[in-house]
Amino acid sequence: MFPPIPKSSKSIWGADMLNVDKIDLHYGAAQALRGVSLTATPGRVMTVLGRNGVGKTTLLRAIAGRNAVSAGTIRFKGQDVTRTRSEARARSGIAMVPQGREIFPLLSVKENLETGYARLPRRDRSIPDDVFELFPVLKDMLGRRGGDLSGGQQQQLAIGRALVMRPDLLVLDEPTEGIQPSIIKDIGRAITYLRAKGDMAIVLVEQYFEFARDLADDYVVMDRGEITLAGAAADMDEDEVLRRIAV
Amino acid sequence: MSMILLIEQVLNGLQFGVMLFVMAAGLTLVFGVMGLINLAHGSLYMIGAFAAATVAGMTGSFLLALAASLAAAAAAGAIVEVVVIRRLYARDHLDQVLATFALILIFSEGTRWLFGSFPLFLDVPDWLRGPVSLPGGILYPAYRLAIIGVGLAVALGLWALIARTRLGIRIRAGESDREMIAALGVDISKLYTLVFALGAALAGLAGALVGAIQSVQVGMGEPVMILAFVVIVIGGIGSIKGALVASLLVGVTDTLGGVLLPVAFAQIMQPSNAMLVGSALASMLIYILMAVVLVVRPSGLYGARA
Repeated sequence: MFPPIPKSSKSIWGADMLNVDKIDLHYGAAQALRGVSLTATPGRVMTVLGRNGVGKTTLLRAIAGRNAVSAGTIRFKGQDVTRTRSEARARSGIAMVPQGREIFPLLSVKENLETGYARLPRRDRSIPDDVFELFPVLKDMLGRRGGDLSGGQQQQLAIGRALVMRPDLLVLDEPTEGIQPSIIKDIGRAITYLRAKGDMAIVLVEQYFEFARDLADDYVVMDRGEITLAGAAADMDEDEVLRRIAV
Repeated sequence: MSMILLIEQVLNGLQFGVMLFVMAAGLTLVFGVMGLINLAHGSLYMIGAFAAATVAGMTGSFLLALAASLAAAAAAGAIVEVVVIRRLYARDHLDQVLATFALILIFSEGTRWLFGSFPLFLDVPDWLRGPVSLPGGILYPAYRLAIIGVGLAVALGLWALIARTRLGIRIRAGESDREMIAALGVDISKLYTLVFALGAALAGLAGALVGAIQSVQVGMGEPVMILAFVVIVIGGIGSIKGALVASLLVGVTDTLGGVLLPVAFAQIMQPSNAMLVGSALASMLIYILMAVVLVVRPSGLYGARA
């Protein structure tokens, strides 16, 4: 199981696990993010909605440290990690389930899961039981090569690998993309379970509106690199959001 | 030709092959994991041989000499990786070839400056001198048998490292996706330095082992390095198993070709012509082998990439 995080630990860095403050990001001369701000809190799901190409993935890449921001700050557990490299952010507890899954095709399922050990002290290097409870198929396929799994199974493996890291912040980039409905349900259940545990902040980028709405506690809508709408999911004006993300 | 001579030549081919493997293993690892073409791999082989010859000369101990070859080549590899090589990963292969070619020149001239142009000699230790009698009444040099043993032990050790350890998992994972392995919290630059130093240490070991049957001199690494490239192309770039199979194939093909082809041509032409044609063809044989393998399997015997 995951090592418990004392409830009082939230107060060490305030309520927010992740605090993104007015970040800009450029790809060469093109600006991909403009003054984007967002927070994520343990036990809550922050959902990022928006059409294709509006900067959702770029935002996640900035949070994980895969791309450098050109302005603004990113704080994680109260620490300024704006200039921290990707592997150091992962070590401090940010786990990413990237778009396209990026599992290691030549490694077995077990080895794929074990790549999540890098930040853990030796005594914690085990695969948490709830990974197999959430995704039983992984247990049946431990010896198979990652590349031999179906797309949906690979997505479950990518989430499982992230959970092996015992992250404090889980970022998921379109986990339902190209996945069959039964597995989408499993993934939704997994996210609901992780939220209910309450020790992990979750940022979910999604195009599949109903899936995102059902899981969201908070949401932002992005357009052209900017956040155009934000709020608590309970107060969401669905028609307005749908209008903004419709193709 | 007698059976005994043939078996001896096969053993010679295997001995040559396992040394090529120890050399090629590092080259294929570095290419597979970091996508780097390292022409200076032969220089690390030379550094290992010089370190071994120097330490053997000072201490008289062959085992210490081998340890020195591993340590010196690993250290040289780690330094070169940190100072030069890591700036090349993002560059294209032509830049890598140019920069590592420059390293060859620097290492060669540096070694000439330190040790002079005359070859050094590294003696086979007493306890491995002389022949061993094999079943069937074959007498074969103990040292060459020991080389085959060391080569196979290195192959086994590398297999265990890659297949059974967490470092091995990271190496295989880094091969397919560097960005993701970093996002899992692995310090990729440390991993690269380690892999490079490991490959360098093996090249150094090969240099020391071969240095005892040939001479230790500047420029000794380049011919071997070219053969090692042939090996990794045949075996499939990045594949250790491919490197093992291909190096044994190349070693045996080259050795047997040199012996058998002149004999074969003597059946159909004048002996002096047969010698000429046979040995000319023999020296081309491994490149013909490479061409044939590439026609049938464009990514090599065990190449993962299409």
